[in-house]
Amino acid sequence: MNDLAQLKVPGPIYEPLNAHFWQGAADGVLKIQNCVDCGAYVFYPRPICPHCWADALTWVRASGAATLKSFSVIHKPGHPGWAPVAPYVVGLVELAEGPTMLSHILTNARTPTVGATLAFAPTDIGGRVLPCFTLSEEINQ
Amino acid sequence: MRHLSPRAAISGIGELTPQRRTEDVATMDMLMRVSAEAIADAGLAPSEVDGLLVGPQVGETPQHVPAAVAEYFGMQPTMANMVDLGGASGPGMIWRAAAAIAAGQCETVLCVLGNHRNPVAPRSPNRNPAREFDTPFGASGANTSYALLMQAHMARYGCKPEDYAALAAGSRANAQFNPAAIFHGAPASVDDVLASPMIASPLHLFEIVMPVAGGEAVIVTTAERAAKGPHRSVHLLGAGEKVTHRAVSQAPDLTSGPLKPSIARALGQAGMDVAQVDFLSFYDCYTIMLAATIEDAGLCAPGKFGQWLRDNGGMGSDARQPINTHGGQLGFGQPDLAGGMTHVVEAVRQIRGDTPGRQIAGCNTALVTGNGATMSEAVALVLGGAS
Repeated sequence: MNDLAQLKVPGPIYEPLNAHFWQGAADGVLKIQNCVDCGAYVFYPRPICPHCWADALTWVRASGAATLKSFSVIHKPGHPGWAPVAPYVVGLVELAEGPTMLSHILTNARTPTVGATLAFAPTDIGGRVLPCFTLSEEINQ
Repeated sequence: MRHLSPRAAISGIGELTPQRRTEDVATMDMLMRVSAEAIADAGLAPSEVDGLLVGPQVGETPQHVPAAVAEYFGMQPTMANMVDLGGASGPGMIWRAAAAIAAGQCETVLCVLGNHRNPVAPRSPNRNPAREFDTPFGASGANTSYALLMQAHMARYGCKPEDYAALAAGSRANAQFNPAAIFHGAPASVDDVLASPMIASPLHLFEIVMPVAGGEAVIVTTAERAAKGPHRSVHLLGAGEKVTHRAVSQAPDLTSGPLKPSIARALGQAGMDVAQVDFLSFYDCYTIMLAATIEDAGLCAPGKFGQWLRDNGGMGSDARQPINTHGGQLGFGQPDLAGGMTHVVEAVRQIRGDTPGRQIAGCNTALVTGNGATMSEAVALVLGGAS
């Protein structure tokens, strides 16, 4: 348990299409879609491929390797439920497979930089394990 | 690129003075008041309006919005629609009105947006990818999205916090010449901006628009009819629009947005270069949005907006190319979706020569931009005064 786990904040909206994504994170696995036809990786979940429109998306396990494209230290959260842990960091996470997702960034009191290497870090937020990321241990420029 | 003939023109404008709070006011009432002002300004009777463009009303009228507004106004338009492009909705209405007129479906279009600020604001259920895949991680609202865009811009080009703060300070300075502006009487220096609380790094409080109640309305009609009106006609010379994404994580580019091709198309239709434009009326929900727009307009190279602003002599009516003389939304306040239309209304005023205390000498043309969501919905207009 940590402070994040105690938060009373809006969680995921579960539906059949995105269940693989959220359940995967809860199981400690980052899952995204991959198009068998054109090879593109897809985030967020879609019924058909948004690149080639083929009905050929399958769920695959992503490497979890990622780069921080941008970030913000949130001092005044848009949702009041997040106030107890402010300031905290959210970022745009470019997965090694290509797609970008937004996520919560665990910094371990280090200062993030754009271009930093990230590692997948499933984390309990408000009682649900979500696909978060952490600044990796390597020195980031 | 094909040139638009000046078949449509703006002949009337209306604006409600921004207010931080309202009590028990209905959006429909505000829309009607500001519309009456615009129709009267055009020298028309309400019965002469046969087209209606309205914006979404979150939590109030989820569907059938144009019919509900028309009924409330006692109108039976032959063209009615809702334009749902966030902050680009206002400018997006202008070219759609011109297109409807050119298609022969109507002759005079009322374009209207407005909002109240009652203590209890209705919230509609929001089910979209931004809610599903951003909110659970602690990213709610536009501040976070634009902070992410700004951080990426700073990291890529090395722009300094003072560069962005200068845009907020310039907007506040312009607001001192507009008695209606919410920050009239409240200038802010670059140091003041940088000393204001950090909301979502690197965005300080004064780099973020102040939400206000307000309303804006514009009458678009045929060039012939506008010429018979009481004011100098303001012709639509060119327009461009592009929508690229909704959630910031899905942005194809974090430092340049869909305004770039939109502005290029609008200028191309007008047969103009951006350097020839007399007045820049640029959407400015955040300092980063104004910075990115200056760069996307081609006024300077990417990352060089700070130097450009200094070379431009600031943003005021005496600058080389004045920007947002009404104070911009950063100085005037942001009346929700009507905020985008303030840039149209100010451009019309400047071209009419009707901005005492902040008039640009010899202002004949304006480049107006609108921006919605996360630098993702873009509209650009080139307006020009009748000779």
